[in-house]
Amino acid sequence: MTDHLLEVRNLSVDFHTAGGTVHAVRNVSWHLDKGETLAILGESGSGKSVSASAIMDLIDIPPGEIVSGEILFNGENLFAMTQDQRREINGRRIAMIFQDPLSHLNPVYTVGFQIAEAMTTHGISKDEARRTTLDLMKRVGIPNAEEKIDAYPHQFSGGQRQRLMIAMALAVKPDILIADEPTTALDVTVQAQILALLEDLQRETGMGLLLITHDLGVVAEVADRVVVMNAGEIVESGSAAQVYRQPVHPYTKTLIAAVPGTGAMAEPLATGIKPILEVNHVSKHYGAFVALEDASLTVLPGETVAIVGESGSGKSTLAKTLLRLEEATGGEALYKGRDLLTMPRRELFDIRREVQMIFQDPTQSLNPRMSVFQIIAEAFAIHPGILPKPQWRGRVRELLEHVGLNATHMDRYPHQFSGGQRQRIAIARALALEPKLIICDEAVSALDVSIQAQVIHLLEQLQRDFGLSYLFIAHDLPLVRDFAHRVVVMQGGRIVEQGPVAQIFDAPQQDYTRNLMAASLHPDPEIQAERRAARQQAQEEYA
Amino acid sequence: MQSFLGKRAVASAISLVGLIILVFFLSRLTGDPTDLYLPVDASLESRERFREINGLNDPLLIQFVHYMGDLLRFDFGDSIRRSEPALEAVLRGFGWTLQLAVITMSLVTVSAIVLGSLAAFHVGGIFDRIATFFSLIGASAPDFWVAIVAIVIFSVGLGWLPTSGTGTPWHWVLPVAVLFIRPFGLILQVVRGAMITALHAPYVKTARAKGVRNRPIIFVHALRNALLPVITVIGDQTTAILNGAVVVETIFGFPGIGKLMIDSILQRDFNVILAAIMVTAFAIFLLNLLIDILYAVLDPRIRY
Amino acid sequence: MALAETDTPKMTKSTHPALTMGRMLWRDKFAFFSALFLILMVLCALCGPTFLEDIATKQNLRGRNAPPFDFSKAWVYWLGGDALGRPLLARIIVAAQNTLFVATGAVICSLTIGTTLGMIAGYSRKVTSQIIMRLADVIMAFPSLLLAVIVLYMLPPSVGNLIVVLTITRIPVYLRTARAEVLEVRGRMFVQAATVMGASTPRIVFRHILPVILPTLVTIATLDFALVVLVESSLSFLGIGIQPPEITWGLMVSQGRPYLTSAWWLSFWPGLVIILTTLSLNLLSNWMRTALDPVQRWRLEIARKKQ
Repeated sequence: MTDHLLEVRNLSVDFHTAGGTVHAVRNVSWHLDKGETLAILGESGSGKSVSASAIMDLIDIPPGEIVSGEILFNGENLFAMTQDQRREINGRRIAMIFQDPLSHLNPVYTVGFQIAEAMTTHGISKDEARRTTLDLMKRVGIPNAEEKIDAYPHQFSGGQRQRLMIAMALAVKPDILIADEPTTALDVTVQAQILALLEDLQRETGMGLLLITHDLGVVAEVADRVVVMNAGEIVESGSAAQVYRQPVHPYTKTLIAAVPGTGAMAEPLATGIKPILEVNHVSKHYGAFVALEDASLTVLPGETVAIVGESGSGKSTLAKTLLRLEEATGGEALYKGRDLLTMPRRELFDIRREVQMIFQDPTQSLNPRMSVFQIIAEAFAIHPGILPKPQWRGRVRELLEHVGLNATHMDRYPHQFSGGQRQRIAIARALALEPKLIICDEAVSALDVSIQAQVIHLLEQLQRDFGLSYLFIAHDLPLVRDFAHRVVVMQGGRIVEQGPVAQIFDAPQQDYTRNLMAASLHPDPEIQAERRAARQQAQEEYA
Repeated sequence: MQSFLGKRAVASAISLVGLIILVFFLSRLTGDPTDLYLPVDASLESRERFREINGLNDPLLIQFVHYMGDLLRFDFGDSIRRSEPALEAVLRGFGWTLQLAVITMSLVTVSAIVLGSLAAFHVGGIFDRIATFFSLIGASAPDFWVAIVAIVIFSVGLGWLPTSGTGTPWHWVLPVAVLFIRPFGLILQVVRGAMITALHAPYVKTARAKGVRNRPIIFVHALRNALLPVITVIGDQTTAILNGAVVVETIFGFPGIGKLMIDSILQRDFNVILAAIMVTAFAIFLLNLLIDILYAVLDPRIRY
Repeated sequence: MALAETDTPKMTKSTHPALTMGRMLWRDKFAFFSALFLILMVLCALCGPTFLEDIATKQNLRGRNAPPFDFSKAWVYWLGGDALGRPLLARIIVAAQNTLFVATGAVICSLTIGTTLGMIAGYSRKVTSQIIMRLADVIMAFPSLLLAVIVLYMLPPSVGNLIVVLTITRIPVYLRTARAEVLEVRGRMFVQAATVMGASTPRIVFRHILPVILPTLVTIATLDFALVVLVESSLSFLGIGIQPPEITWGLMVSQGRPYLTSAWWLSFWPGLVIILTTLSLNLLSNWMRTALDPVQRWRLEIARKKQ
């Protein structure tokens, strides 16, 4: 028999959908011991969450079907148990936290009720549950726990919500905690805090931690061992350091190669060129709320200027203001000497050709009811001067080939393409207008790492071919490090620091920038271990 | 909350004034009540006197100004047909209809929510299919036809229930039963749909991961979230009954506001029509307010 | 999925859309028979009056209130005869024309007008939008019975009048839905993308917003069709809808009412046809909501991405 705490053996799960049977995972085996952290690493569609769902009995049957395998918890097969027995294990022995805590907390009940419910469900009295809830909320770092216990999930910040989820999961001191992408939607500094909290709690309770993630940085930070999944199968497993240092499977190799933040940084462009865009003291207020204040920056022709910052820093507001999707409260933005913010509609219409935008989520930025041809050719329909109608198809074909798509698919609809392909379509649409400046608002954030690398590569190539300038808005620091010439750091609606990429990353001047850099995770477990040690030392000195 | 109330009241008042103007003038286009109330061979003088008494001789605009003036003193005028204050007749009828609406909708709400939730828990199961099929038939049935068939079977054929009136509780059975069918069908569908969505929500996954049992998952976690769209439909259906369950009230000789309304329209009893419209409009305003408050009670994210 | 992005779209199967729809319809037997029944009713409405008008209006005093299921008589009498001895089956078939014509006309008119007004309200300045919404409130609160009586007295009786009455009463439903949908859709990213390209307001409204909100509105229209049939029947039943000698199913129920105790079939059959028609429409609308899902699937994809 086995002496692992939790062991998954030869698990295969199918989903029967209208489009045919999908093999979600095939023949997956792994194990988790007490006090250990195992990471399951994979991109979207790799089946990395399926085994966790099977452990928690969260797979809907049908359409799901457990084809083969068993899951042993303390040596007992979960699949052989009754519903009631499994409910006894859920929450009490094995607990789970999820990505996006806002939707995973019930919006219409207080957090106090929801945390206490984890206890009352397993037979703890109401009074005791409430007392423990208070202790737990304090332990996970919720300020004012006495008041906040009766607040609702929407009244907390994203990081606090994840802390509450953790409190809920740990209420009955489970033997195992499963964390499914626990930090994905969070800012880097908050991510670092949550991961640190998980590690602390693991040390205190000795629980096994199963971490499901797509982020090599997270693996490097917390995992002892890692299992790499691709297309429903385990392609590689081993200690975190070993897998990063000596990957064996070709998939793992390409995945590690695609991770940004390890390449050379770009040299700044020569000085003395006339800027294409000059933003001076732009601000945007919503009533009393200041979304953007006194933002000034310049973009040179052929240059990539990255704007980084956490949520609420005002970086997207800046983009929208520059494109007149929002009207600025003050300041000016000179494009080739003319002010974008005050020019009349007629003049703006002509400028629209030269300043384009690529949006974060291609699923939303492409009209689902228009074919790819219609989406791209709309540029020509709106600006009749560009191209006579008979040449539209030819030009669309050309553009699609430019962005690396098969031009024969131009009569298909967006939903028939993958995420990366859709973003290529969006890029082709922007290129159709032959712009000089493209504002990219988190243009690759919704994509998997490997696809991200390809799209960035495409953007670089287009910059070389057409001399494009990019204003690249992102929260992902490693990505910016590899791609930008210059970096602007924003916080709370203001620019705190800007300069050449090497200066910002290697010698940041401001505390905020330094914190941001320190919280950003490196995919190399050894480097990450050094950083962690340095951080702890700093903390001890501080104490 | 106060500014919300104020805005709502202003918007409703504007609509109501527009409605009064429209009804006042349009209803007078349908003809002169004199021809209806006096015998065909009535003398010119008596016709003239009838018009004079009922204020029908003035130009329309003057009549309107008089009417609005009286209205500001809460005088809704008299009913021609019954020679009593219009408001009295209307409030009496409204009282009956309100009882009918409250009884019917209470029964509908409870049964539709319970059955709809259970159907949603096992989508595609035998119970779900039966519930769906009958709710669809309910939503499709013309009430006047159901009323007639019910009278033929239960009153005429079996002799169990009276055909019309309001004397005993037995008199209420058929009107309530007939009014019950359509809202029940509609609301059950909405409950089922909303519950299916709620039961697949991420927070239900969290609850299952906590080991919560099925009954609290359905009736504690999912139901409260699913109730929001349901309340809207319940409100719409209650409004429909308050606006006059005309057909049912006519067939069962039920002295509610719907019957009063159709009689007044056919008899050109203008003051009663206007009073009835204002009373129901006010009631519906209150009902909508109640629904908004319920929204805020059920969902803490909604604040006015 | 392999790391190198494959250049083939995810869905490569592409059969003809009509064929796919037909296959999906066949899979849902309820919806399939609903569709069959509705096609039959449409055929009745189109051809019935031409062939059966004379038979349906010819009085036959010996066949007064003839009971149904007397198969020795001609087939048009199988459902019995009415108070003037006219064959019920023939009358039901002939009445299909008026009933369905009124409902179709009212649904199409209210859908068009309501959607247009709703889109204007959703995409225009506050004042215009407020005026349109208050107008919708007034229409909603205006008693449809009074409207029917006014129209009946003002205009010569015709089928067209009833369409006008029903259209007016149903406009607010589409208006509100269209407005709400426009408010939601106009905030979407692809609308912003079009704005950034310099698209004009009409272009955004008609090319980008309308196609997205149309499926929702059409689904509502199917449901509404059933409702309009019911309302028309009620009005005719109350005597303020279609006027004799024109006939609709609702009017037939009303005409049979005095004979309830002696000849139930006079009211029963037309009522049954109404219930079958509306039931079919409801079943079909339910099916449509699912069938249109592939188009709506992208909404679900967005929901998943956000997490």
